[in-house]
Amino acid sequence: MKILVCISQVPDTTTKIILNPNATAINKEGTTYVINPYDEWYALIRAIELKESGIATEIHLITVGKAEVEPIIRKALSLGGDEAIRIDAESIDPYQTAAYIADYAKSVGYDLVLCGKESIDYNNGTTGVILAEMLDLDYIGFATSIKIEGNSAIVNREIEGGEETDSCKLPVVIACQKGVAEARIPNMRGIMAARTRPLKVVTPSAVSPLTEILSYELPLAKSGVKMVSPDNMDELVELLHSEAKVI
Amino acid sequence: MSVIVLVEHTEGNIKKKSFEAVQYAAHIAQQTGTTATAVVLGSIADAEMEALGNYGAKKVVHIADDRFNELHARAYTSALIKVAQAGESKIIVTLYDINGRAVAPRVAVQLKAGIVAGALSYPDIDNGFVIKKAVFSGKAFAFVNVVSDKKVIMLMPNTFPLVKTDGKASIEKLDISFTEKDFGIKVTAVNKVVGEIPLSDATLVVSGGRGMKGPENWGLIENLAKELGAATACSRPVADAHWRPHHEHVGQTGGTVRPDLYIAVGISGAIQHLAGVNGSKTIVVINTDPEAPFFKAANYGVVGDAMTVLPRLTEAVKKFKQHK
Ligand SMILES: Cc1cc2nc3c(=O)[nH]c(=O)nc-3n(C[C@H](O)[C@H](O)[C@H](O)COP(=O)(O)OP(=O)(O)OC[C@H]3O[C@@H](n4cnc5c(N)ncnc54)[C@H](O)[C@@H]3O)c2cc1C
Ligand SMILES: Nc1ncnc2c1ncn2[C@@H]1O[C@H](COP(=O)(O)O)[C@@H](O)[C@H]1O
Repeated sequence: MKILVCISQVPDTTTKIILNPNATAINKEGTTYVINPYDEWYALIRAIELKESGIATEIHLITVGKAEVEPIIRKALSLGGDEAIRIDAESIDPYQTAAYIADYAKSVGYDLVLCGKESIDYNNGTTGVILAEMLDLDYIGFATSIKIEGNSAIVNREIEGGEETDSCKLPVVIACQKGVAEARIPNMRGIMAARTRPLKVVTPSAVSPLTEILSYELPLAKSGVKMVSPDNMDELVELLHSEAKVI
Repeated sequence: MSVIVLVEHTEGNIKKKSFEAVQYAAHIAQQTGTTATAVVLGSIADAEMEALGNYGAKKVVHIADDRFNELHARAYTSALIKVAQAGESKIIVTLYDINGRAVAPRVAVQLKAGIVAGALSYPDIDNGFVIKKAVFSGKAFAFVNVVSDKKVIMLMPNTFPLVKTDGKASIEKLDISFTEKDFGIKVTAVNKVVGEIPLSDATLVVSGGRGMKGPENWGLIENLAKELGAATACSRPVADAHWRPHHEHVGQTGGTVRPDLYIAVGISGAIQHLAGVNGSKTIVVINTDPEAPFFKAANYGVVGDAMTVLPRLTEAVKKFKQHK
């Protein structure tokens, strides 16, 4: 069984977001980049577990990005995976990003495609579903556990107010979140081994984006917290009612 | 040309956030000189669907197939595409929630439409088709221009307050045929927490962190939540320690909530926690440490011990409700 894991590079959560002077882009200087947490901790680690348990035979990692994302895909390879593919294009519009991945995935043929619940930069959560539609496959989002039984995936996923268990024939695209696997730290052996694993660079055929980001805005700073004495909860309730108008 | 909007319901009751989606679609319809058509799938009474007219739907298309009572994203997509094609629609609206997120991107691919995930504004149609959305887990906003002819928008729940009108909608029944592929995913078990308000739908949330000391003290959180009619949530270490179920964990690695009121009790306010709650309209922080970082993100703060403050707050809410 061949697994494809979609890996996206994102700014670390603790990074302060600074805009360029005309607010048309994020200032990249001083930004630390990491593997999107959902991709690393859940999608990739679960793929590695499936290989360790003999269910998967091969894991490929794929990322859409320019050369600057290579350290991230290398880091992913140091956790595990047999081969990495970087599609040499800026990832801006999810339709475009997914179309690039779909093209490559079709040329190889995977039994399972794993991605993250969403990327923590643009918070779309759309790439995996678009990819599934383009590959004419089923998609299960918000997965909290994944088992493979024969040629089916048995997946627990979050629904509103609870969880359900789905069963679905392979191949399928699954978006992972907490629960799917336990985080691991790359070790020295993995880091060394990753150096010798192939990183393929693919030039995509042109796909036009369907959206563009014109500008950014930072949230207004909170106007300052109003402190209420712990002995006067009636006042807090009154403020929530007449000032904040939330109760 | 009408604007199509997908309506969700639980066992025949339309969700509040779906009324928001209908109202949003009706507004865009007005902006673009057309009307809004609501699509309702599964078992539901006509009387319930009539309420959609109150929020601006001119027409309701109902496909009664009871297989729709579960989420079958590909079948939902086929249904929406069918209605969109019949009406030559260019704009499709869903919610930015678990179901919408499984359906809208598929619709977008079939229509070759650009998609906005988590809309926070109406489109600015004087400068293209520009919609505001949150990015970097709420640390910034982006203005996204949809350049394709067709557009798919997932609306962030709890963004626009509902305004009820006396509008009326006509109801049309539709029968469509599906392929086996549309129902490829088999649901083998469902485990819903009954009687609780789902966190994602809640407009009021009471949340506890490690400062609550242990699961034995959660009655204090639950009592306040019950008095307010709020849902309960928690920080990650609390779920990791199994003091609370995992679905209550909010933050970067857990769920995201955008309630009107978020009360954080004994939570320090780490950036990873804030990422899941910073869209809340009003934040109250209760913490023994006046230096807790959460106070910087709060509208109201109480420095005090949760064990004594919570019962007092619960009592105050009770009193307020009696005198209202
Ligand atoms: C990559 C990554 C992802 C993460 N994702 C998440 C996430 O999704 N969600 C999340 O929540 N965290 C997440 N975390 C963890 C996060 O960084 C914090 O460690 C966590 O939020 C702290 O939880 P807490 O505030 O409950 O506990 P603590 O930080 O221990 O804070 C407890 C607070 O309670 C106060 N307190 C103590 N006693 C009382 C009392 N009697 N009454 C009132 N107040 C009291 C203390 O002053 C303190 O401020 C993540 C961390 C990392 C590195
Ligand atoms: N540039 C990219 N390259 C590869 N995979 C991506 C890329 N962007 C997003 N993904 C995958 O799609 C998931 C959802 O991302 P998004 O739709 O951007 O929120 C991520 O968790 C990744 O697994």
